[in-house]
Amino acid sequence: MSGVLYTRFELIRAFRNRRFFFFSLGFPLVLYFVIAAPQRNVSNLGGTGISAPLYYMVGLASFGTMFAMIGSGGRIAAERQAGWTRQLRITPLPVRSYFRAKMLTAYMMAITSLVLLYGAGVSLGVSLSAGAWLEMTGLIIIALLPFGALAVLLGHLMTVESVGPVAGGTVSLLAIVSGTWFPVSGFLHDIGQWLPSYWLVQAGRITLGGQAWGVQGWAVVATWTLVLSAGAAYAYRRDSGRV
Amino acid sequence: MRGIDISIPVGETVALLGPNGAGKSTTIDMMLGLTRPDEGAVSLFGLSPKDAVAGGLVGAMLQTGELIRDLSVRELLAMTASLYPEPMDIEEVLSMSGLNKEAGQRTQKLSGGQSQRVRFAIALVGDPDLLVLDEPTVALDVEGRREFWTAMRGYADRGKTILFATHYLEEADANADRAILMAHGRIVADGPTTEIKAQVGTKTIRATLADVDPGELGALPGVAGAERHGGSVTLRCSDSDAAIVALLARHPQARDIEITGAGLEDAFLELTGDPDEDEDAK
Repeated sequence: MSGVLYTRFELIRAFRNRRFFFFSLGFPLVLYFVIAAPQRNVSNLGGTGISAPLYYMVGLASFGTMFAMIGSGGRIAAERQAGWTRQLRITPLPVRSYFRAKMLTAYMMAITSLVLLYGAGVSLGVSLSAGAWLEMTGLIIIALLPFGALAVLLGHLMTVESVGPVAGGTVSLLAIVSGTWFPVSGFLHDIGQWLPSYWLVQAGRITLGGQAWGVQGWAVVATWTLVLSAGAAYAYRRDSGRV
Repeated sequence: MRGIDISIPVGETVALLGPNGAGKSTTIDMMLGLTRPDEGAVSLFGLSPKDAVAGGLVGAMLQTGELIRDLSVRELLAMTASLYPEPMDIEEVLSMSGLNKEAGQRTQKLSGGQSQRVRFAIALVGDPDLLVLDEPTVALDVEGRREFWTAMRGYADRGKTILFATHYLEEADANADRAILMAHGRIVADGPTTEIKAQVGTKTIRATLADVDPGELGALPGVAGAERHGGSVTLRCSDSDAAIVALLARHPQARDIEITGAGLEDAFLELTGDPDEDEDAK
């Protein structure tokens, strides 16, 4: 497999970036304690049937992991603007390996954020079976696929200056509509259920027994993954010139 | 770009010479497969640029480009080396490019000259058969330039083919076997550097000298042409040594004498004719 060392160094770079640690990892963690700790004894949050510590653990995890994934778009934009992407194009590194490294790095960051929030959740009394933890994590990882594609799309479409506000704005809006901060109903729910981020938050429903997603959830996540991947491939191909 | 036809034998060091905007970088982008020519083809070692790059036969230092941050110089080189089938030893590359002292430093802490050397090392580290350098010395001081060219010649001595772009005739003259002159997207001369130098390496003598006919000055030995601008005269010389001796013998009252190497821009304008017409055609 080509690009193994390249991926390793990408990971090293990502984890040496202190700003990433503070914002992508620390921020959701602090917010979690601020929001969930006062409601730690609420066992049925807003009629969802899910306890507040669990609901917000998954909610803030959706926030942190979305940021971690889309954040890699900012890194791609920065490398493009610096001319590094062109430098890489004249090495034997296959395009596939480049994106694989970027995605793996993004996922490693997302999973780190996830594990920290799991720890915080446990400290507020979240208790799940091993199977439920695994299944929930699996669903979150799958629901992050469209955000990985979105990161590549933004990274090749945006400049360094614009990618920050666009990514920040997108994640903030998605978080509101998708129930990160409070369980959504009515109009917000009508919109939210067509977005992959909504199903990211819904991964917490695993504790209710039965399926957390159902057919609609899988279909929404799959469709967004396909659409955004096609967009990302198009943006990448179009973008080989000097910036 | 139009009608460029260049072929470079293996092992030769070639300078691509021309003023800014001559088409040097575009030619290099085409060679590397970063830009596709509208017409015609590029072939490296009998392969398409894409296949030659994929096979690790090519290393390049592009004109623009920053280093990625959060890695040490050694790590960045190790990362790049890992992409090539048969890379050079990292320590060897570090000493070749004069980076022994900086090896442990993070890339974001380097000066402009140091970064430039790292970019050179990145081009070398894959041990490519063809090394392409686009204006490799722009950020370097005099000492840095000297060290850079020593390193480049060291690499050429390993039997490698090197193509570098520059707008300094002296750099081409000192470091290349052959120079290709470009202007306005065309090749205007191609040959050994000594020949090119004779063709464009004219010097100019400027002096304050009133009441002398430019026609008479133009006839002096070593002078190819003369012009008058108010009280000063400008002599374009094929042999400035002979010309200055003759000028002072004939007109000892000449003052404020300056001898300068002819700018390449001037030489190119002469070789290529009217630049405005070319601009329109682009």
